[in-house]
Amino acid sequence: MPQLICDRLTLGYEGRIVSTGVSFEVDAGDYVCILGENGSGKSTLIKAILNLKVPMAGKVILGEGLSRAGIGYLPQQTAAQRDFPASVWEIVISGSLNRIGRRPFFSHAQRKQAQENMRRLQVDSLARRCFAELSGGQQHRVLLARALGATDRMLVLDEPASGLDPQITDEMYSLIKDLNRSGLSIIMVSHDTQAALRDASHILHLGNTSLFWGTARDYERSDIGRAYLSRKGMEA
Amino acid sequence: MNGIFGTLSHYFTFPFVRYALIVGVLVALCASLLGVVLVLKRYSHIGDGLAHVAFGAMGVATALRLTNQTVLVLPLTMASAVVLLWNGQHTKIKGDAAIAMMSVSAMAIGYLLINLSPASSNISGDVCTTLFGSTSILTLTPTKVWLSVGLSLLVVAVFVLFYNRIFAITFDESFAAATGLNTRFYNMLVAMIVATVVVLAMDLVGSLLTSALIIFPALSIMRVLRSFKAVVVASVVLSVFCAALGITLSILLGTPVGATIVVVYIASFILFSLGGLALGRRRA
Ligand SMILES: Nc1ncnc2c1ncn2[C@@H]1O[C@H](COP(=O)(O)OP(=O)(O)OP(=O)(O)O)[C@@H](O)[C@H]1O
Ligand SMILES: [Mg+2]
Repeated sequence: MPQLICDRLTLGYEGRIVSTGVSFEVDAGDYVCILGENGSGKSTLIKAILNLKVPMAGKVILGEGLSRAGIGYLPQQTAAQRDFPASVWEIVISGSLNRIGRRPFFSHAQRKQAQENMRRLQVDSLARRCFAELSGGQQHRVLLARALGATDRMLVLDEPASGLDPQITDEMYSLIKDLNRSGLSIIMVSHDTQAALRDASHILHLGNTSLFWGTARDYERSDIGRAYLSRKGMEA
Repeated sequence: MNGIFGTLSHYFTFPFVRYALIVGVLVALCASLLGVVLVLKRYSHIGDGLAHVAFGAMGVATALRLTNQTVLVLPLTMASAVVLLWNGQHTKIKGDAAIAMMSVSAMAIGYLLINLSPASSNISGDVCTTLFGSTSILTLTPTKVWLSVGLSLLVVAVFVLFYNRIFAITFDESFAAATGLNTRFYNMLVAMIVATVVVLAMDLVGSLLTSALIIFPALSIMRVLRSFKAVVVASVVLSVFCAALGITLSILLGTPVGATIVVVYIASFILFSLGGLALGRRRA
C-alpha cells in the first residue's frame, strides 16, 4: 500500500473551488514535485495533505505506517512574527515534539538528533541567535532543520527555495535530494522546473484540475509538460 | 530607613497583610507566565474580555448571595473562554467584535444584578472594589488564600508540564497541527488557564486592571531578551518583584493596592524600554 493517497480531491475556500479531481499516490521513497502557476492551488493541496484544511470532496489517506506524527513540513511563509523571541535551538528542537509521546520533555536522543540536523543545515553556529533576527535564507534552513526533526519518513516542502540566492538554492536542492536518497519521501512545491525534472521521480501539474500526474520522464514528453517547459524556458 | 522597616515589620505581623503578599505574588507569577503566550499569540484582548466577564459573573454571584463566589465565577469565566476561542478560530474578524460584545454585556448585567440585589448597603463601594480591587486583597479569608495558592500551583504545574507544547502552538500553530499536535486541545488548555488567572487576579487588582498583570511583564522583558525560555523566566521574576514592591508600597503609602501595582509595572515597562533602546543602539 502507498504511503499517501489523495483520492479525487476537491479543494477550495468558502464554497469557491480552487481545484478539482486531484488524485495521486506517493510510495515510500518517491520524490514528487508539484508544479503550477501562481494561485493554481499548490499550497492549498499541501494544506489538505497536512490535514490543515478539510477537502470539499475526496479523501487524503495515510497508509503504510505513516501517521501525522511522521510528517515533516516546511511552510511557504513563516507564520512567525517579526518580534517573536525564540532562539534557533528552541525552534529546531520543537520539531521533535511529535516524537515525545506523552512525556513532557525532550529526551537526550532527541536533543542529539536536533543538533545533528542543525549541523546538516549549517545552522549549528546560530543556535543561540534569535530567529527573527536572521536573514531569510538562514531562517529557511532553520525551519528545514525543524522539519527534519519531525520525520524519518516524509517531508512536505512548499517552495523551499523561494527567496534564496542561486548558490544556496542549489545547495538546498542537493540537500533535499540527499534526504530523498537516504529514504525520505519528498513532496515539494516548486517553480523551478529544471530542478524538478532533474531530481523528482514524479510530477503533479496543477491547474484548476490536475493537469498531469505521472513520472518525471513522461512529463517531459507530454504536451502539457512541453508547453509549460518552453514557456518557463522563455521566461528564464 | 529604620522607620520604614519598623513600619513594615509591624504590618507583617498582621495575617491579612501576609495573605495579601502571598496571594499577590502567586497571582502575579501565574499572570506573567501566561502573558508571554497571550502577547505572542496576539490574544491580549481575550484576557481583558475575560476579566469583564468575571465581573459580570461576580454580579451574578452577589445576586445569588453565594458565600464562596469563586465556585460560580470560575466556571462561568472558563465557559466564556471556550466560547471566545472557538469563535476566534472560526471567524477571524468577528472574533474581535464578539469579545467586545461579551465584555460590555457582562459588565452591564453584572452591575445591574449588584444593584438589584439588596445584599449590600454600599453598592458603589462594592463595585469599585470589584473593578479596581481596592481593598479586597486585604480582606482575604484563609479559605480564599488556600484556594488561590492551590489554583496558582496548578497553573504553574500545567505550564511547566506542557511548556514544550505551549511553545509549539505559540510559535507556529500550523506546523504543530501538521505534525500531529492536537492544537485545539492545547488552545483550550491555555484558555482554561487564562480564565483561572483572570479570576485569581480579580481580588488583587480588580477586573479592569487584570490585563495589566498579564501583559506588562512579557512586554517589558521582550524589549531586552530574545529567547522564549529567557523571556518566560525573566517575566516571572520581574512580575514577582513588581507585585511585591507594589503591595509593600501601597501598605506604606496607604494607596489602593491594584493601582499601585500597575503603576510599578508601568515604571518597569518604561525602564525596560529605555534599556532595550540602549541595547539596540549598542548592537547596531
Ligand atoms: N485563506 C484563503 N482564503 C480564501 N482564498 C484563498 C486562501 N488561500 C488561498 N486562497 C485562494 O486559493 C487559490 C489558490 O491559492 P494557493 O495559495 O493554493 O496557490 P499556490 O498555487 O500555492 O500559489 P503560489 O504559487 O503563489 O504559492 C488562490 O486563488 C487564492 O486566492
Ligand atoms: Mg503557494
